[in-house]
Amino acid sequence: MRLYRALLHLYPSSFRNEYGDELTRLFQQRIADEGCAAAWLGEIADVVPNAIAVHGDILRQDMRYTLRSMRRTPGFVITAMLVVALGVGANTAAFTVADFVLIRPLPFPRSDRLVKIWERTPGYARMEVSPPNYRDWKALTTSYSGMGAYTTNAANLVGGDVPRRLATALVTFDLMPLLGVNALLGRTITPGDSLGNPVAVLSYAVWQSQFGGDPSVIGRVIRLDGTPRVLIGVMPPTFNFPTRDTDVWVPLGLGAPLLADRTNNLLEVLGRLRPGVSFAQAASEAQMVNAQLAQKYPKELENTGISVLHLRDELSSKSRLLLLALCGAALCILLLACANLANLLLARAIARQRELSVRSALGAGRERIVRQLVTESVVLALLGGGAGVLVAKLAIPALTELVPEGLPIAEQPTLDGRILLFAALVIGATGIAFGLLPAMRAGGAKAFAGLRSGVREGGGRRQRARAVLVAVEVAASVVLLISSGLLVRTMWRLQAVDPGFRADGVLKLRTALPYQKYAPTLRRADFYSRVLARVRALPGVTSAAYTSFAPMTMGGGVWPVGTIGQPVIRDNANTASLRFVTPRYFETIGIPIRRGRDVEDADDTTRTFVAVVSESFAQRYWPNEDAIGKRFGFAFHQRTVVGIVGNVRFRGIERQSEPQVYLPTKQVEDSSLVFYAPNDLVVRARVTPASLAPAIRQIVRAVDPEQPVSDVELMTGVVAAQTSSRMAQLRVLGILALVALLLAGVGLHGLLAFTVSARSQEIGVRLALGAQSRTIARMILREGLVLTLAGVIPGVAIAYAGGRAMQSLLVGVKPGDAATIGAAVAICILAAIVGCLRPALRASRVDPIAALKSE
Amino acid sequence: MTYTPADVDALLPLPPVSFHILVALADGDRHGYAIIQDVEVRTDGELRLGAGTLYRSIHRMLEQGLIAESSRRPARAVDDERRRYYRLTPFGTAVARAETRRLTQLVRLARARGLMPETT
Repeated sequence: MRLYRALLHLYPSSFRNEYGDELTRLFQQRIADEGCAAAWLGEIADVVPNAIAVHGDILRQDMRYTLRSMRRTPGFVITAMLVVALGVGANTAAFTVADFVLIRPLPFPRSDRLVKIWERTPGYARMEVSPPNYRDWKALTTSYSGMGAYTTNAANLVGGDVPRRLATALVTFDLMPLLGVNALLGRTITPGDSLGNPVAVLSYAVWQSQFGGDPSVIGRVIRLDGTPRVLIGVMPPTFNFPTRDTDVWVPLGLGAPLLADRTNNLLEVLGRLRPGVSFAQAASEAQMVNAQLAQKYPKELENTGISVLHLRDELSSKSRLLLLALCGAALCILLLACANLANLLLARAIARQRELSVRSALGAGRERIVRQLVTESVVLALLGGGAGVLVAKLAIPALTELVPEGLPIAEQPTLDGRILLFAALVIGATGIAFGLLPAMRAGGAKAFAGLRSGVREGGGRRQRARAVLVAVEVAASVVLLISSGLLVRTMWRLQAVDPGFRADGVLKLRTALPYQKYAPTLRRADFYSRVLARVRALPGVTSAAYTSFAPMTMGGGVWPVGTIGQPVIRDNANTASLRFVTPRYFETIGIPIRRGRDVEDADDTTRTFVAVVSESFAQRYWPNEDAIGKRFGFAFHQRTVVGIVGNVRFRGIERQSEPQVYLPTKQVEDSSLVFYAPNDLVVRARVTPASLAPAIRQIVRAVDPEQPVSDVELMTGVVAAQTSSRMAQLRVLGILALVALLLAGVGLHGLLAFTVSARSQEIGVRLALGAQSRTIARMILREGLVLTLAGVIPGVAIAYAGGRAMQSLLVGVKPGDAATIGAAVAICILAAIVGCLRPALRASRVDPIAALKSE
Repeated sequence: MTYTPADVDALLPLPPVSFHILVALADGDRHGYAIIQDVEVRTDGELRLGAGTLYRSIHRMLEQGLIAESSRRPARAVDDERRRYYRLTPFGTAVARAETRRLTQLVRLARARGLMPETT
């Protein structure tokens, strides 16, 4: 019989309590009628479906009741839904992006076995690898089942109606097999290919845009930078190696000239660890191999180390921090949402105390009431969670600025179900926990107390719980306000940084000249002068010039500097950026010429090799001396300083830039330094610069019909792009902070409004006894402010800790920045006062007669 | 309890088990086991209600107001004090009548089309 009683636990307890005895008796009867075994079999077949049906009946009933009570209180339902949606949405979005960038495996088979191998030189933890070093590493290491190298470039695709510039990855034959991704169409580049038979593999995007997704492209011949190549494959859209903007892959052959120079840092090296070899083993082997090579080539490899990194860790610590800060903010919002929801539910519970007492008095057991409340909470959580998914869906595209470009992953993450589930569970648990509190009381001995009319609603303990929740909300919003405040200050600081040139009014276009075709220096010079002459003749153009790379478009391009009679020391304290420029470059981009002269058209190989250097360069090598006329060794020649110009932050606003050296375009041998051949056309205009682009495209076309124009940008845009990921983060954080402030204000207002109505009798008595209404208002206001301060103080402390954790994001701003903290606290207190105002006014207007009469 | 014809119609058609329970209670108050026995006898043993099915139906019918727990008890000698007895409410009677009418009409319609029960 006890076993049967246990079986009955399948029924809801209300049903079991009601009919358990009867059911047991019927079972005894059945055993007597049919025998033990038959009775048991029959009963099990009877209990299971009926238990499910009874649960279903109750659920239906509870749902009906829930919907009815929700219709009665739409304000509560909408507020709760919004709060839940915001919490779930913000967290899902933030953690989806973070998971996508930081945690999820890269889209290659066994991607955890993929490592990048870099040279390490003073000042650079990750320096590209020279071809002979790559060859030797490959030969000497045993930790890898494969090692490949690649470098990126751009090539002009000719053949369509307009020539197009394609971002090209040059890969060694063993690189693509190493990644383990198959081609969507055709095949990838393999060791079976040879340089004698040039091939190319297209990205999905280019296949779609340039070839209309035509499957018959395989085998067709295209011309890239003048070289005919056979198309052998198309990669799937998910293949984003090395970066997501790669358009085409072509083989990279390491010939004798490339293998001769151990200081030509050109390649990025990727390895796949052999099964059973640990990352640490590979790293220590790399150190050994490097020591071996350093012994053999002491001169070239002086100061050069080697570092092995997981492919996943190719991520700047700044992008990581940006994302982590966002996650922290999202957690704050989740906390706020939970606190707010708890607050709402508690307030509602107090309001519903009488209703629940009535139900309980009418015979509803505690279990039924609990079930009812849980149903309500779950329905609320589901509604809010659904809205949260929408919020997340809308928010994720706004966060893609935070997906760094250097990783081989897609631009936009997809919504992550696991994270959605997590946020929904947290909110759901909050909803259920606080939804249940009133039920805990409803079942107790005090059940009937609620029925007595005139009973004052709301117990002291629950009030305290609400007060704590409000303080938590205030704290969370203070944290968010201060963090976003610190980031805003940083932003202002960065935007105030002088880049060293005047970006406004300057248009930048790239005409990347194919190396072979434009190998002779004079052919290039001819191209430049013809283009520049026509561009300068355009109405509205003030000046125009060519340079290797416009500032902030290319971080590298740095060469060692030698002083006469001394060997070149490879050392980051001894390098300078190298840029070739045409005359009037400084005038066009807005770099001031401090002393001396600009480069001239007449500066060619028949004259003394000259250079214009930055002030920082002159200061470094000839402090307290006049640099004009001084000579130094740079880029294969002795150069004489003829001019000194202002410093430029060519590496970007947030980074230190080396001193700069500018050389005249004609003072270079044919086929030498082709990487630095001027490709960037900069144009300063009196009119809107963007309006000139079509005319300039036409000019380039007229000069060389096969020459594409790419990367058309305003220099102001180039500068703004420096801070765009910060901007994106700031926008999101700012919105979250505002929402937090709003939620905290609403929470405070709700609590005080409730206090006032609950205490209206007491207030009435006070007024009747002669208290001033002003005093009453002040009393309520004080209560609100005490709560606010209780939140502000821990909030400031947490924000300070958070600020220290994201210190490296705060360029030149201290985490304890008094102005920011002061402003945040002031805003918070202001919001609190606004939130308190209405309840305080209502308190002061309590009519003592009416309040006392209701007793 | 007052009810309208619409309340009655809202419950039609009645689930067979509910109808059997109403019929079983038509000639007097019964407890659960008695209902099971009555149904079994009337259907020549074809329908034996399980305990769960019975009480789930009873629970729902109580809420619908078709039946009520009876406070009248049979003579003390035969009464088992712990047993619960159920009786038809006026509303239950009305619903049972309406269901009977509905079924009768259905049968009449079927006969008119020549569908006669097989005689064995």
